[in-house]
Amino acid sequence: MEKANVSAFLRKYTMIIALVLVVVFFSITTEGKILFPQNINNLISQNAYVFVLGTGMLLCILTGGNIDLSVGSVVCFAGAVGAMMMDKNVNVLAAILAMLVIGILIGMWQGFWIAYMKVPPFIATLAGMYAFRGFSNVVLQGMTVSVKSETFIKVFGGGADCYVPDFFGGEGFNMTCMLAGCIAVVILVAVQLKNRINNKSRGYETAPLGGTVAKLVIISAVILWVAYKLASHKGIPTSLIWILLVLLVYGYLTTKTRIGRYLYAVGGNEKATRLSGINTKKVYFIAYVNMGFLAALAGILTIARLTSSQPTYGQGYEMDAIGACFIGGASAYGGVGSVAGVVIGATLMGVINQGMSIMGMDVNYQKVVKGLVLLIAVAFDVLSKREKK
Amino acid sequence: MAKVLLEMKNITKTFPGVKALDNVNLKVEEGEIHALVGENGAGKSTLMNVLSGIYPYGTYEGDIVYNGEVCKFGKIKDSEEKGIVIIHQELALIPYMTIGENMFLGNERGKSAAIDWNETYGEADEYLKMVGLSESSRVLVKDIGTGKQQLVEIAKAMAKHAKLLILDEPTSSLNEKDSQALLDLMLKFKKEGMTSIIISHKLNEVAYVADKITVIRDGSTIETMDKHTTEISEDRIIKGMVGREITDRFPKRHNVKIGDVNMEVKNWTVHHPLYPERKVCDNVSIKVRKGEVVGISGLMGAGRTELAMSIFGQSYGTNISGQLYLDGKEVHLKTIKQAIKNKLAYVTEDRKGNGLVLTNPIRINTTLANLDSISPRMIIDKDKEYQVAEEYRGKLKTKCPSVEQNVGNLSGGNQQKVLLAKWMFADPNVLILDEPTRGIDVGAKYEIYCIINELVAAGKSVVMISSELPEVLGMSDRIYVMNEGRIAGELSAEEASQERIMSIIVSSGKGA
Repeated sequence: MEKANVSAFLRKYTMIIALVLVVVFFSITTEGKILFPQNINNLISQNAYVFVLGTGMLLCILTGGNIDLSVGSVVCFAGAVGAMMMDKNVNVLAAILAMLVIGILIGMWQGFWIAYMKVPPFIATLAGMYAFRGFSNVVLQGMTVSVKSETFIKVFGGGADCYVPDFFGGEGFNMTCMLAGCIAVVILVAVQLKNRINNKSRGYETAPLGGTVAKLVIISAVILWVAYKLASHKGIPTSLIWILLVLLVYGYLTTKTRIGRYLYAVGGNEKATRLSGINTKKVYFIAYVNMGFLAALAGILTIARLTSSQPTYGQGYEMDAIGACFIGGASAYGGVGSVAGVVIGATLMGVINQGMSIMGMDVNYQKVVKGLVLLIAVAFDVLSKREKK
Repeated sequence: MAKVLLEMKNITKTFPGVKALDNVNLKVEEGEIHALVGENGAGKSTLMNVLSGIYPYGTYEGDIVYNGEVCKFGKIKDSEEKGIVIIHQELALIPYMTIGENMFLGNERGKSAAIDWNETYGEADEYLKMVGLSESSRVLVKDIGTGKQQLVEIAKAMAKHAKLLILDEPTSSLNEKDSQALLDLMLKFKKEGMTSIIISHKLNEVAYVADKITVIRDGSTIETMDKHTTEISEDRIIKGMVGREITDRFPKRHNVKIGDVNMEVKNWTVHHPLYPERKVCDNVSIKVRKGEVVGISGLMGAGRTELAMSIFGQSYGTNISGQLYLDGKEVHLKTIKQAIKNKLAYVTEDRKGNGLVLTNPIRINTTLANLDSISPRMIIDKDKEYQVAEEYRGKLKTKCPSVEQNVGNLSGGNQQKVLLAKWMFADPNVLILDEPTRGIDVGAKYEIYCIINELVAAGKSVVMISSELPEVLGMSDRIYVMNEGRIAGELSAEEASQERIMSIIVSSGKGA
């Protein structure tokens, strides 16, 4: 490779390379403990909320670097209402529905102030952050309410038994999990191949074959490796199903649909978008309604995992979500970012968290490191873009 | 003969791709008012930016000799220390600070850690008196009118001990009375020995106040007229400003049939969105036929863009009144979406700010205004989108490695083509092109003109807003001249000339 190519490669895959280096670093310092199946499993289920909230946050950030500070409180509030309902023996399905509707309503409330009343998102959601934390306390009356519904906990990946059952009953090795990994790889390769053949036949530009193959091999290897690790523990954590569902749906939404296109366009140049006949207010509104919805989903996952609801749940979640987006390459000015980036960002933060915990590092220093990582990631992004000009 | 205070020798300034100033010479004597005139984009403001150090020494060629010594200004502070103070066209005051705070911003009284507010306001009041303002310097800037704000700017310049005052279009946002007061203030300062340079479009003001007039055209000095040796009339100045020859820069249209009226605007009045009492467009009536290119000429701030945007789904202004007919039927376009549906397109003058999403590729920009047509059931058909982008790239001869190229990396001419492609893909019957060739090179201009010709040949109507007189004359079948929000005149292609247009503008300005 030429020098220019190398630097372009480094720039494009900075965060992936950083992720690899971080994993290697912690593998050495924890003597390989971080790669134990149990720990990989924890990494996923402990960070499920970051993936879900980060995806919602991405849509807000795309519209122009707008963030939502209220998500932590909304997670707590939606969870609190759901836990109370189930505690009062309301039907589980009704409780789930109620939580999601609450999320959407909160999103509409905040979206209304942001999109139509032009209240800066920072302020509108800061207000929500206070208000819904308060409401959570009121609903729970300051106490812990435990979640007892077994189905609810199982479906949303909480408690001790939170795995997709193994249909093959393998001894100590979960065949279903391994099979799912293999199927995922096959689908991935098939889709990529089909796209490539399509593009070639229509005479469109295609990426060089070597690069595509290399990329496919690496991604496939990672999927199979994770599947193997999970299989040798207890199998697929149910929370992983929800994460994948959210990532796939929103990955599609952002890249293939009209509304996805509008989100990027508004963040890239709001005036030009408005003058193209697009209702930009509605775009902002939708981004925040969606954020409310995903915050409620994260609330569901949170109370299921912790099998309870407390007034302090969700504190600082908003910052994890925002951090994941920015580490994943979203632009603080909007218009740039991707769901794949959120995955990288969330994983990177998760690995750092877990690695430091296993090393037995002081929690307070962990926060310092997290802060520095965020700063360096964004600074690097800004600098590498400046260099291009 | 008075002493020469400032001499700018052979100043050449190049921006990437454009030579903004080409061997400009300017000589200003002590105690005179020297006017710089020229069309939009002739290079007047660039020259003043070179002088004041906004473009630092080393980014231009040539010498600045001030007070007998060669100056190498690295930043604005350097030139201000010598007493050269520039007052920009857009007022640079901070609305929520007091007059006094504004006046000494970056030039604070007292110590750096302890501003002496008594001294600040005391001194500020003195300078305000000098410029004839009776306001207290403790008043917030937002609470005084634009006329007074302009005077505050001058007071601020005096506070910096200005010896050479440069005013860039000082009266462009002022009404008649405030303008007169400002010009008289300049004459008063002159008596006290101040030297000033004024840049202005308003030739009657220039003729009133200036001792000498230097004409700049296309980045070069054309001539300097001295009021005391030659008779200076507005016609004489206009001749200097526009006196270039039109050669074969515009492709001819052959056999384009001009048909029925495609769009008609009647009694169109638009008010300013922030100051609703101000009329930006006043009772404007225009019409465009099928196959016709109609030019709208006028100076900056004449209300042309505002007219176009208010027609385009009320994207500008408040209290819009008047009738709009498209293809013979009256329509009420309240949103941009409705305007596009009714086959109207507005191609903005500000392609980077209002037209394109620079961080997105050509493909995405091309389809943005008509995304519905390639996204059945909300899902974007990427194949179709790619085909559309490729089709327009071929049609408009956009130079780019691929349609996946980010628009921000293209040259101005190619960006303009992408912008045109975007609106052509929206399939309009009437296109309003606002400064379609601003800031692009001659070759690309010619190609844009060819595209305009193809559009009208296909039976569409084009309204072309342009500040470049030769372009308006070379391309239009008919020309409306706008000034101060009104249609000041209408000329057919045969009767139009640069002098006629300029004199319509000047005479209508005087009447107001």
